[in-house]
Amino acid sequence: MKKLRLDHNLTGWLYMLPAILFLGVFMVYPLIDVLIYSVEENYNFASQVYSGYGFFNYSYVLHDTYFVQALKNTFIIVIITVPVSTGLALLISLGLSSIGKVQSLFQTVYFLPYVTNTLAVGLVFMVLFKKTAYSDGLINLLINAFGGKSIDFIDGPYWAKIMVMCIYTIWVVIPFKILILTSALASVNQDYYKAARVDGTSPFRIFYRITLPMISSTIFYLIITGFIGAFKAYSDEVALFGTDLNSAGMNTIVGYVYDMLYGNSGGYPSYASAAALILFAIVFTITVINLLISKKAMTQ
Amino acid sequence: MKVVLRELTKIFPSRDKKDKTEVVAVDDFNIEIPDGKLVGLLGPSGCGKSTALNLICGLEKPTRGQIFFGDEDVTDLPPEERGVGMVFQNYALYPHMTVEKNITFPLENFKGDKKLTKEEMSAKALEAAKLVQIEALMARKPKEMSGGQQQRVAIARALVKRPKILLLDEPLSNLDARLRLQTREEIRRIQRETGITTIFVTHDQEEAMSISDMIVVMKSGRIHQVGRPQEVYDKPVNLFVAKFLGTPAINVFKGYIRNKGLYISDSKVMDIDSPDREVFIGIRPEGFILEENGPLECRLDRVEVMGRDISVVSFHDAATEAGTVCVRSIISAENDVDESKDKVRFSLKPNKVHVFDAQTEEVIR
Repeated sequence: MKKLRLDHNLTGWLYMLPAILFLGVFMVYPLIDVLIYSVEENYNFASQVYSGYGFFNYSYVLHDTYFVQALKNTFIIVIITVPVSTGLALLISLGLSSIGKVQSLFQTVYFLPYVTNTLAVGLVFMVLFKKTAYSDGLINLLINAFGGKSIDFIDGPYWAKIMVMCIYTIWVVIPFKILILTSALASVNQDYYKAARVDGTSPFRIFYRITLPMISSTIFYLIITGFIGAFKAYSDEVALFGTDLNSAGMNTIVGYVYDMLYGNSGGYPSYASAAALILFAIVFTITVINLLISKKAMTQ
Repeated sequence: MKVVLRELTKIFPSRDKKDKTEVVAVDDFNIEIPDGKLVGLLGPSGCGKSTALNLICGLEKPTRGQIFFGDEDVTDLPPEERGVGMVFQNYALYPHMTVEKNITFPLENFKGDKKLTKEEMSAKALEAAKLVQIEALMARKPKEMSGGQQQRVAIARALVKRPKILLLDEPLSNLDARLRLQTREEIRRIQRETGITTIFVTHDQEEAMSISDMIVVMKSGRIHQVGRPQEVYDKPVNLFVAKFLGTPAINVFKGYIRNKGLYISDSKVMDIDSPDREVFIGIRPEGFILEENGPLECRLDRVEVMGRDISVVSFHDAATEAGTVCVRSIISAENDVDESKDKVRFSLKPNKVHVFDAQTEEVIR
């Protein structure tokens, strides 16, 4: 009986073989490899030898001031940019869907940052914020005009740098969210709004009781992918502060992983793997929490 | 509440950039809908009947004209201040709310003195739900119910505020045939019980005729005839109304009047007191009498048995010319039609024959 079942299933397995092969080679194997790297103590990259297995790498990473700094930066970016960008995107989308004629024009304008290269956007931000020998940057000119003192946003105090970082991140992620939200808003049947109007529902109540529940699944999708994307931030930081993020104090977890592998302090795949797995654990936990909350909110 | 429409007109600007012609959706409406009646707005698709309903509701602003509820001019009032309840074609039930929440939703919008407590709202919702007999389904979500049940919820939601006017947009079009029969009786019953002036839109003449106290027949934005269903059926004012009402449809022949005689293809079918001219002659299916020497001769095609009646299907060139593909007459099954013959002769019941001017298509008699 059991043998018959296996024969029967063989075709099925055969069909799945390409997918299994690809996933195995490019997803499962690297994951296992990273796991092994992260527990090999005193691993030497050149001679490929290690002294034994243990959790020293994790302990090292967690006590590394650079990693702690990266962790702090990443969390600040996540906590600020995800809610702010989603909220702003929702406001802009609501505005976009309520203006009639020039909607497509504005939609294009808002979508431009999405198709623009990160580094090119970084350049624009340099013009806005960076102090050079010739200019203090546009924002500082504005601050000066109102009688304030110039602030060095790129090489100056930590709060200024993290603020620029957050603005930059929001700037980069918002177009995609607007795109998704405007289409979600457009898909809500107009009859619901008509029905609500006949019943004299105030605009705020219409938004809160009808629009928001109708697009809640889209909002949760954006929040979840937003969290994941923000936790994996790296290239945006490079675009603003250059490749030596550790000395700028603006490193992120992914940046730390990269530095441990290939950066100036590189050549430590064990530490990099440990840091990567810590990031994985964080993202996984947050995503599970997000999903639980969204499931609860949607069934209400 | 009485509803009066005075010179009501709605013109939509053209959306097409090249073709600037405007669309006159509602053209100079003048009607008075008496208090407590069930009125059907009837017309083919795209005739402006839904626009008319939206104007009464307040969702659209009229280009010209006035709307009165009782003696009050509500033309410039927003929908919520008119005291109307509206049931949308697709019901527009909020999918994320339970039936009870859907029904109480309009009540939650009350402000100031009219504000209700939770208990009062539940009580009113239950009352409305009982009226449409869905009180057992209060905890369900819309997608967990059948189309007919959703329809009832939509009606309950429209009624819970005790509106002065209830408006229904194609209330039966999303239901299957059996439910449609049942639901239209239901609408009639609810209207009778509440006594609320109700206006509903439909393209199905049978639906409108069966339950309305009054029907308004429309075409291309214009009202063609207003009246009691039987009256409109018996005395159509023009060819369109005659053709639009009745199943099976009226049989139209080309004909003419000569010397006070009504002729179809050179045979005089009736006397008529009217000047000579070309005419269209509409004959209801029940207006034919099988008679061996009758004046109207048709080519017999087949006989369809329907139990109580039989339907005789035949052809006539004058009918073909007027666009009636086959002449359908309904006669009592006691008559015996010899199907082996290829000709059949009829005489006509004068009150089932309607004569229209060939140019204006207006009724002559």
